[in-house]
Amino acid sequence: MIHVANLTKKFGENLAVNDVSFHVQKGEIFAFLGPNGAGKTTTIKMLTTLLTPTGGQIQVNGFDPLRQQMQVRKQIGIVFQDPSLDGELTAFENLDLHGVLYHVPRKQRRERMEMVLKLFDLWERRNELVKKFSGGMKRRLEIARGLLHAPLILFLDEPTLGLDPQSRNQLWKQVKHLNESEGVTVFLTTHYMDEAERVAQRIAVIDHGKIVALGSPAELKTRTNTDSLEEAFLALTGSTIRDESATSVDQMRQFGKMWRR
Amino acid sequence: MKTIYILWLRELLRYKRSRVQIIASLGQPTLYLFALGFGLGPVFLKAGNGSYLQFIAPGIIAMTILFSSVFAGIGLLWDRQFGFLKETLIAPVPRLEIMIGKTLGSVTVAIIQGLLVLVVCLIAGFRPANWAVIPVALFFMVMVALVFGALGTAIGSTLQDMQGFQLVMNFLVLPLFFLSGALFPLNNLPKILDAITRVNPLTYGVDGLRAAFLGSSHFSALTDAVALAAVAFVLLWVGSYSFSKIQI
Repeated sequence: MIHVANLTKKFGENLAVNDVSFHVQKGEIFAFLGPNGAGKTTTIKMLTTLLTPTGGQIQVNGFDPLRQQMQVRKQIGIVFQDPSLDGELTAFENLDLHGVLYHVPRKQRRERMEMVLKLFDLWERRNELVKKFSGGMKRRLEIARGLLHAPLILFLDEPTLGLDPQSRNQLWKQVKHLNESEGVTVFLTTHYMDEAERVAQRIAVIDHGKIVALGSPAELKTRTNTDSLEEAFLALTGSTIRDESATSVDQMRQFGKMWRR
Repeated sequence: MKTIYILWLRELLRYKRSRVQIIASLGQPTLYLFALGFGLGPVFLKAGNGSYLQFIAPGIIAMTILFSSVFAGIGLLWDRQFGFLKETLIAPVPRLEIMIGKTLGSVTVAIIQGLLVLVVCLIAGFRPANWAVIPVALFFMVMVALVFGALGTAIGSTLQDMQGFQLVMNFLVLPLFFLSGALFPLNNLPKILDAITRVNPLTYGVDGLRAAFLGSSHFSALTDAVALAAVAFVLLWVGSYSFSKIQI
């Protein structure tokens, strides 16, 4: 479904993604993990046509994001790391706008909107302005929106950032359900190792722009001789805080992890 | 067409729901109209130039459209800041359609604002010479909104953060207004000021509105229309080019 070969991205002298290669199978849930500034979001941006690679090849369901942008965009749904809803519109209007932008016919649009809003427990709140929603509701709405046009591949860039455990649990349940019932291929990034272990079939760990490990959660643990994915992740990427790009929240999170240990 | 329509509709819905914005944007024109219109009125009358309120009203309407359309264009910056721009740029639609939808939304909002200020002007005592030429006035309002909506889009596509907003306000929008002849007649100006007003597109908008509302103008209405159309063409091209180059 996704083939990446020798992918490179340079910002000036900074090599953000360095000769990365991997592939994602159809119907797979694939996690892309790495510390802050490792190159996760840059990779997602290149896969989803938002950034032009410096080198290498990408195929998304047979299309090249560089030369066949429109075809790639029709295949994918994306939930960004940062919010991208219009708070001045209602949930329904946000979805309707998205449906029009993705050429979903009116009748089908209404049906899909109802389906995804019900799926993410937002049907009752559909006519409320999004700016009045809680963080969890906004995140659920973003995922609902990402699925509205029935994409073949769903990109989730840290979708559970800032959510409480209940919302995170519910969100992953729904993602797993969609993967199983509709066969949606999921490409995700997260900082929560337990989530990756729970939902992903395979995991790629990226650090300093290079993939340092790729395999199932069990394979990564065996390879690093550790008991948990979090320990495996730290064994692969080290425990130094990445000051150059980490926000204060990220650093707090990292301190918390170290303290718990 | 559906893309253009839905993005146009979004701008209107946002405007309709922002009552504070509507009231706030009426405050400044009303203040100018009353403070300058009535304050300088007697001096203007003594100088033999007629009613200052009649003179200034088209300028205030043009100012409202200028501010509203430039800021609506710069609204791209907000869309960038709050993430919504990504949602539109990742969609499988040409960027030109996105830019047109957004600019038309800005133009419509600016015209509504201009019409609201026209009503305020009428309440204050402004009287058009001939009601039949209102469609011509509307044409000039659309042209002014197009020119500055496109300029706002070009600026909004280029600016990366809110820091540049004040810069645009102080060094572009306010000079455009003050050097357009909105507040003073264009006759007998010092040479430098005369040259500046002639290259300022808002000058032709204000002059066109005076031609429509009052039947008198510095240039001919045709000159005003051609000048505005030419600038609109160039700025729409610049706006769409800048928009096509946006990187998230």
